[in-house]
Amino acid sequence: MALPNIPLGELKAVKDPEVEEREVDILIVGGGMAACGTAFEIKKWAADDTKILLVDKAAMERSGAVAQGLSAINTYVGDNSKEDYVRMVRNDLMGLVREDLIFDLGCHVDDSVHLFEEWGLPVWKKTDDGKNLDGKKGQKQGTLKAGATPVRTGKWQIMINGESYKRIVAEAAKLALGDDNILERVYIVELLLDAKKENQIAGAVGFSVRENKVYIIKCKTMMVACGGAVNIYQPRSVGEGKGRAWYPVWNAGSTYTMCMKVGAELSMMENRFTPARFKDGYGPVGAWFLLFKAQALNGLGEAFAASDAAKVELEKYAPYGTAAITPTCLRNHLMLFEMKEGRGPIIMDTVSALAKLGKTMSKKELKHLESEAWEDFLDMTCGQANLWCATNTEPEKKNSEVMPTEPYLLGSHSGCCGLWASGPDYDWVPDSYKIKAANGKVYNRMTTVDGLFTSGDGVGGSGHKFSSGSHAEGRMAAKEMAKYVRDNADLTPTLSQSKEELVDLVYKPVRLYLEKCNYTTAVDINPDYAKPSGMALRLMKATHEYGAGTATFYQTNSKSLEVVMDLLSVMREDCEKLGAGDLHELMRAWEIIHRIWTVEAHLRHIQFRKETRYPGFYYQSDYPGQDDENWFCFVNSKYDPKGKTWDVFKKDYIKLIS
Amino acid sequence: MPSYVITEKCDGCKGGDKTACMYICPNDLMVLEPNSMKAYNQEPDQCWECFSCVKICPTQAIEVRGYSDFVPLGSSVMPMLGTEDVMWTCKFRNGTIKRFKFPIRTTPEGSANAYTDLKGKDLDSGLLSTEEADGYELQVPKETV
Repeated sequence: MALPNIPLGELKAVKDPEVEEREVDILIVGGGMAACGTAFEIKKWAADDTKILLVDKAAMERSGAVAQGLSAINTYVGDNSKEDYVRMVRNDLMGLVREDLIFDLGCHVDDSVHLFEEWGLPVWKKTDDGKNLDGKKGQKQGTLKAGATPVRTGKWQIMINGESYKRIVAEAAKLALGDDNILERVYIVELLLDAKKENQIAGAVGFSVRENKVYIIKCKTMMVACGGAVNIYQPRSVGEGKGRAWYPVWNAGSTYTMCMKVGAELSMMENRFTPARFKDGYGPVGAWFLLFKAQALNGLGEAFAASDAAKVELEKYAPYGTAAITPTCLRNHLMLFEMKEGRGPIIMDTVSALAKLGKTMSKKELKHLESEAWEDFLDMTCGQANLWCATNTEPEKKNSEVMPTEPYLLGSHSGCCGLWASGPDYDWVPDSYKIKAANGKVYNRMTTVDGLFTSGDGVGGSGHKFSSGSHAEGRMAAKEMAKYVRDNADLTPTLSQSKEELVDLVYKPVRLYLEKCNYTTAVDINPDYAKPSGMALRLMKATHEYGAGTATFYQTNSKSLEVVMDLLSVMREDCEKLGAGDLHELMRAWEIIHRIWTVEAHLRHIQFRKETRYPGFYYQSDYPGQDDENWFCFVNSKYDPKGKTWDVFKKDYIKLIS
Repeated sequence: MPSYVITEKCDGCKGGDKTACMYICPNDLMVLEPNSMKAYNQEPDQCWECFSCVKICPTQAIEVRGYSDFVPLGSSVMPMLGTEDVMWTCKFRNGTIKRFKFPIRTTPEGSANAYTDLKGKDLDSGLLSTEEADGYELQVPKETV
């Protein structure tokens, strides 16, 4: 047998890749819901001769968080008021949100949902006598745009048959932008500032994961929307199950890291999301609580969330805890309290819920209900359906356990970390929420770097956009980018790095690997480089133990944070010595770099905020409880790319909606 | 729950213009081994079990086996993706079989209206292109502090 010193991947990396240089006006980095929104909208506003390019790490048909499908659209305003939408998001995120961004989003999100339905997404409808119809049968009720009634599971959510949701949205995006303007399987890894104009974005560099080729792309303006950050904390399943992350496992924090490294200001990076989901399979619980009206019970069979003790606990976090809808973090908080007191495990009582619903239903209706329960999983978390099959779980006969997951960073779901982005240039938006570019103009959703826009998971301080809101936000950013190009016609992007410097930067892990790999007889064990797989585990171990992971029931303190910051700085040093022998591994190398930077930002923010704003998501044990007097404000941070220093600071929150 | 490729059924998409599973996998896991012309999952612990490869495979050569760290053996979940519906067959460990059919799309594939002829008029307004075309009026917050 030959010595195992060859890289495992099929697509071997070479020392000197081909280089392709491009220059466009508008660059879209990402291919998920937000980027698809941008792709759909951009040509409707940009002048005909505008050069546009979209670059996706995967294939748009199934990339991003909606790759697998979804069983609901969580944001459809419909008959509700936009003011109520702001109030809902504000309460769920414990008071500190960008109300300008949220109200603005609320004005546009429905238009995207109407397009989805027009494109062919099946949307459930209510009949006049209150019965539910699936998306196919429901077509006879007409469209949402024409006034048909959706099936709501909560005030904001509507049910869909969403297995092909992303395929449909990507199809429209690709048709609108044109295949010639799309690069798939190219991973953008670093953004580049302009050599002449201070604080102006000028391009990006990345590589193909299909051939040995580096892309150097110059642009006048750019939208970065590559999702949130996953696999940054040790998952509860550490073998094959590492992949069964709740959020898409390929989200590597690229949005935050790439933007922060060119100096874009971050906001609320301390916020995180640790969703409570069906244990191990991470199937959604929303429909079970909202549609099937199931209760979560503790190990003693008590509906703990409705107990007097829970009420007293929630009162500590008034007005959020006492609101009609308990914030997501506090629902976790109550669950963790039971678990820590030894009253776990937490069980979703699916049996009683379905029995109760069954009392008023015919056999046929009950059969339909069962199918709805399965579809909820099959549309968006197929693996949970398989877990039910493997454990012989029929929800009408056997209950399932619920468990809070490892932490995730995101800005579009029930979390709000991200970049500090400009609000729209309307009279009602406070000046401190507007970011002025060098020309004195305000561009909605632009970051603090001129010409650099973001949307979806990238925008900080405005959660609860979900799939539809991310799409709409991508469209909003598209229009602003068209405006930016019009207003900056004389801009010629200039890079300060040479072609060779950029190739060296991108292919560094490959070059180191090729230089050193023959020193030992096994490629994965070599003192001269670190493999990305090992570095990924190192990051997850550190955050798990010190950074408020599941190991400590999401608790950290000042000393632990000090320890983990030290560990992270050594990891960053060692990332200079990552080794990658094939293109897939090169992708993993850059992903771990992105993850480490993102986690560092997250923990720096937690370190700075001396209170526990989100009990249930994380606890700063030296500063338990909320301290509104000192911390009723945003926490922002900025990495200075020149001085290589961090600055973390307070930013005023302004209440706009009563 | 990593996907796996059944040796006998996989033909490496040799008749097609691309290896379907490799084209679609959002996490770049499915690769073609060019000598045997068979695909495989190169990093099973990074598989999100999204079933994209299972759904796209033209020879139904790809299935999924539950994550070894918590899923007992003996079950399977298989989709058959049509143009309008998806059919799921869910097989329990104890032999129970459940079948479900859900709509996936109400329009023919490729027919999404991308509004390629629509050009926005007022670049300085806050309206999106289709909102402008519909005469949508932008709201200002009323219930303010």
